[in-house]
Amino acid sequence: MSTTPLRLKELSKKKVLLTGGHRLCSGCGAPIAIRQILLAAEMPIVAANATGCLEVSTTIYPYSAWKIPWIHTAFENAAATISGVEAMYRALKKKGRITERIKFIAFGGDGGTYDIGFQSLSGAMERGHDIVYICYDNEAYMNTGIQRSSATPLGANTTTSPAGSVIPGKMQPRKNLTKIMVAHGIPYVAQTTPAHWRDLMTKVRKALEVDGPAFINILASCNRGWRTPTDRAIQDSKLAVDTCFWPLYEYENGRLTINYKPKEKKPVVEFLKTQGRFKHLFSPQNEYLLERAQEIVDKEWEALLREEAMWKAEEEKKEQ
Amino acid sequence: MKGWRELEIGAITEAGSADSYNTGSWRAFRPRWIEENCIQCLFCWIYCPDSAITVKDGKRGEFDYNHCKGCGICAMECPGKKGKKAIVMEEEGK
Repeated sequence: MSTTPLRLKELSKKKVLLTGGHRLCSGCGAPIAIRQILLAAEMPIVAANATGCLEVSTTIYPYSAWKIPWIHTAFENAAATISGVEAMYRALKKKGRITERIKFIAFGGDGGTYDIGFQSLSGAMERGHDIVYICYDNEAYMNTGIQRSSATPLGANTTTSPAGSVIPGKMQPRKNLTKIMVAHGIPYVAQTTPAHWRDLMTKVRKALEVDGPAFINILASCNRGWRTPTDRAIQDSKLAVDTCFWPLYEYENGRLTINYKPKEKKPVVEFLKTQGRFKHLFSPQNEYLLERAQEIVDKEWEALLREEAMWKAEEEKKEQ
Repeated sequence: MKGWRELEIGAITEAGSADSYNTGSWRAFRPRWIEENCIQCLFCWIYCPDSAITVKDGKRGEFDYNHCKGCGICAMECPGKKGKKAIVMEEEGK
């Protein structure tokens, strides 16, 4: 079977497996990512979907936007559900009742992945199921009306970290889930955004090709929660990458590759200033938070650069 | 009121049935395609959240106004030709 080249002209001849008519907000980043993921796949996909915006809005009874077998599970167990489906597939394959090559994807938002579904995700990865877990990270519980999650960045205004006279938005930095997944020692971990469609689709293909668990973290903008105009999804994703707020990188069998290094690393305020959720950070008394945000980005980015350099040096040593 | 025996099956059995649901009425702004400025890069198609750009044989066609919610991402990302956009947003009802 030949693989469709990652060119839009060729890809547009494929069937889109997420239809229009879903009820995600106008300008939502999540369906852009899902369309690209399903377009990248070259084999039949079965998906489990944790509770969240994506699940609710794509399957309002009696409608479904999915053209693949799809199951809704509770907030906390998308990874467990897809593990079970994959285990059943392996059993049926052994018995000769299925011959086709099928792959399994679990989708969850940051709430269903970073927080509520974290234990089942960790378990599924440790057990070594042949599955791909994809988190679309919009950086808060957007479906229930913008509550903070552990993916919400420092200083963001949400309904449970309201910026005002008492606190200047969320007081804690987000946790680095991508790195936590790397620590599981699984064969493939990556992060990307739908603005970088070729990067995203390449990573989805790699994740589907590995034999074992894979994890992809996708920044998916939310104009309601980020307080931006509806046409900003792609622009803001690009800014997140150009400021190194959300670097594009991957770990293949533990080896880090940074997929994109901005020629000129933009200051993180370029990403923050277009979004209403960070508006209060630009008042004089909160300036220290802007500095803090920049420090966090710099520290993580420099750690990535150092780690990649270490891998390269080690490989050069081996070649000599 | 219906008894439980008369109710339909409590699951969605038709894949992709949302296609028949109209979200076009959400629009406040309407994208207009100006074909002469279009370089067929298909950025609008890959970035559309609502699968509302029709394509045929690797080329884009008209908007699917039944599904387009008027977010304006396509117009924002459109590179156009010689500085002229191939997609412009216009207020509905004008």
